[in-house]
Amino acid sequence: MEFTINRRRALAIAAAGAAAASLGMRVDPAGAANDTEKLIRKFTGGKSPAEGRVSLDLPEIAENGNTVPMTVSVESPMTAEAHVTDVLVVADGNPRGGVVTFHFSPASGVAEANTRIRLATTQRVTAVAKMNDGSFFAASKEVKVTIGGCGG
Amino acid sequence: MADVKPRIKLDRKQVKKGDLVEVKALVSHVMETGQRKDSAGNLVPRKILNKFVCTVGGKEVFSADFEPAVSANPYIQFKFRAQESGPVVLTWIDDDGSNIVGQESITVS
Repeated sequence: MEFTINRRRALAIAAAGAAAASLGMRVDPAGAANDTEKLIRKFTGGKSPAEGRVSLDLPEIAENGNTVPMTVSVESPMTAEAHVTDVLVVADGNPRGGVVTFHFSPASGVAEANTRIRLATTQRVTAVAKMNDGSFFAASKEVKVTIGGCGG
Repeated sequence: MADVKPRIKLDRKQVKKGDLVEVKALVSHVMETGQRKDSAGNLVPRKILNKFVCTVGGKEVFSADFEPAVSANPYIQFKFRAQESGPVVLTWIDDDGSNIVGQESITVS
């Protein structure tokens, strides 16, 4: 009697485990595939951004995902002839990919901005800069999040 | 929300033409993401500041579009190149259409 209960329990646990695992399998790609890629494609008009010029400053480990300090700066003379127009910041592990978009002009003097963002979990944050000549540059950084933001 | 007073700090207010001025601003706002559920299990509707604009002497020098992933009580820091004396006006636009406005001024010599 005791054995059968144990066996049943064991089976139930195994079944639950399998269900959770399959759920996990289904959730994972969905979690990674929020609209980040789409947002970047829309922003660049399908072009792939080059590496460099953008520096994205974020902590390696964020203890509190509710408020993670982030600085984005882009190397540019910021003259009327050559300047950064927009910088898109996306995060691939949040419920939605968009974080913030900064708009610069030659009047900004320097393409640099700092704000505090929410990160739901450990994930990759990407900044894409658009230049006035139509070229794009990007940088990304992985941030480990100990306590997730976005509540819930 | 109209009574919210943003905290704005310019690193200096007396500048030479062409100098960079750093602006730091903090405003109180819940920045409700629209993803959270209350204790009854209902989604709390989204309510964020979705846009920030800074003008100097009426000319836009910097702006930003905020998504729900910007933290509560949003902080923003940026720079601009001083061209002429005038008011530095910072405006945050709420989802409900209201504005939060703060003002400082610079003197360019």
